[in-house]
Amino acid sequence: MSAQAKRFSGANIAFGVLGWAVALLMFLPLIWLLVTAFKTEAEAFTVTPQLFFEPTLDSFKAALAQGAGYWHYAWNSVFTALASTVIGLMLTVPAAYAMAFYPSKRTDFTLVWMVSTKFIPAVGVLVPIFLVYKTIGLLDNVWGLIALYTAMNLPIMIWMVYSYFRDIPKDLVEAANIDGASMGQTMLKVILPLATPGLASTGLLALILAWNESFWSITMTNYQASTLPVYIASFKSAEGMFWAKMSAASVLSIAPIIVLGWFAQRQMVRGLTFGAVK
Amino acid sequence: MPNDRDLLLASTITHDTETARAAARREKARRAPAKWLLAPAVIFLLVWMIVPLAMTGYYSFRNYNLMMPSITGWAGWTNYKILWGDPTFWSALGVTLLIVVVCLAVTVGLGLALALLFHRNFVGRGVARTLAVAPFFVMPVVTGLIWKNMLFHPAYGLLAWLFRTLGFEPIDWLAQFPLASIITMISWEWTPFAMLVLLTGLQSLPEDQLEAVRLDGANKWHEFRHIVIPHLGQVLYVVVMLESIFFLTSFAEIYTTTSGGPGTASTNLPYYIFQGTFVQYDIGVSSAAAIGAVILANIFAIFLIRFVAGNLNAGEAR
Repeated sequence: MSAQAKRFSGANIAFGVLGWAVALLMFLPLIWLLVTAFKTEAEAFTVTPQLFFEPTLDSFKAALAQGAGYWHYAWNSVFTALASTVIGLMLTVPAAYAMAFYPSKRTDFTLVWMVSTKFIPAVGVLVPIFLVYKTIGLLDNVWGLIALYTAMNLPIMIWMVYSYFRDIPKDLVEAANIDGASMGQTMLKVILPLATPGLASTGLLALILAWNESFWSITMTNYQASTLPVYIASFKSAEGMFWAKMSAASVLSIAPIIVLGWFAQRQMVRGLTFGAVK
Repeated sequence: MPNDRDLLLASTITHDTETARAAARREKARRAPAKWLLAPAVIFLLVWMIVPLAMTGYYSFRNYNLMMPSITGWAGWTNYKILWGDPTFWSALGVTLLIVVVCLAVTVGLGLALALLFHRNFVGRGVARTLAVAPFFVMPVVTGLIWKNMLFHPAYGLLAWLFRTLGFEPIDWLAQFPLASIITMISWEWTPFAMLVLLTGLQSLPEDQLEAVRLDGANKWHEFRHIVIPHLGQVLYVVVMLESIFFLTSFAEIYTTTSGGPGTASTNLPYYIFQGTFVQYDIGVSSAAAIGAVILANIFAIFLIRFVAGNLNAGEAR
């Protein structure tokens, strides 16, 4: 049977119907969020769900209006996510490079130790970080948040980049060394170009995790450095009054990351499986 | 008195060791930058994770309440004793474990089923998969609010409408089944992740092995049990490890919906510590609870590493 014929065989039509049903069911909450964002507040808050209505951009306009706050939080989100990702990569690449191409007796231990710090839950360091930040003025400060996001993502980033580097033949490094290239030159000119897809997917994962993070931004910021999750969470006690506006703000907060995620999903999974899947 | 032969021998040895030493020196010089490449990441993790962890340990033995600044000094085991006698702590521990175990079972089970489904070749598979994956990229705060307001709401939620349409009494999900509701939300977010990783695993199945067992006349179940499952073992480990890390620290879904309630029914350890710190300002007891959370996470880690090491060895022995 050709692939085309196979697609239309009886069993696969049944699986297709099931597959689409499951996919739409999983996506339904997000469709409902999107639909609600185009309603007026009165249409959003009804006992019988309104499916037919005149779509309006009012909620988006209200959410995006000057002084509504969205831009302040969105800018903080963009800045903290990007900065923590860039700093994270700057720390990750040399460390993973050293472990992958210059392994020593302690490399295994170092790698396991780094990854194991991910098993320290955020609450395990919450109290001292809060008190120290309060003392040195890093509370409600973007750089304080950026440092936390970097620390939070670093173990997973090192894990991913290390597994990408390990797939690159060591001979390349040795050949470059024999040609008289320094370690820095070898890393920047020989290895990094080869590892670009891996670094990109590691960066994207770090970006997504930082963008969606809420524990640290809720506990460590007040307004000045607050990111989008803090803004969205501020709707949590708004009973009914602002559902359409909440939906519009939510759509604006999750859409960029969902689109980014759709593009990067395969690469990201490959990196996360630590090279178990080729 | 040494004869000539001995002297000769001695000089050769010295010469050899000198060459060896020189080689070792060169090797060391070649590696030297490697240490410096590693240092920034190590120092960063020390400063932001290990030092604060040690401080948490220190605070857990201190009398330290921001509301009672006059009471300071060593507390001995008092904070741990207070924790031991606090039923909320134990229920928070139980809630944490329940969330981790049930969410793992649900996401891995459903994720495997979905991965097998999306591994089939059907029309529009790529688009359908893309839609199904989306919940994983949604920020947990938004997840909490969507479910709380638009799905679970006892009067205005979609589920309430569905129940009324079918002739049932609507249910106040978050009040009556707070834990099941939170588990549903977390599973909605993480099933796509499990599906995605397992699907990648399925797509890398060795075709030749499958052909071989098919030629041997193996049935579908046999094929699944003896080829697919062992092959998925390694990726399954990644799913379980990463999910455990995130499930142990679930916070936003609880913060935006039940706030740990009703009562303390949906208070897990992170939420318990959050409240202890920012509502009761009890640094000492919260730190002791935090140490408890770290120990719990490490029990999971050790258990997982054991389990995985066992699996990998079994895999190699095959």
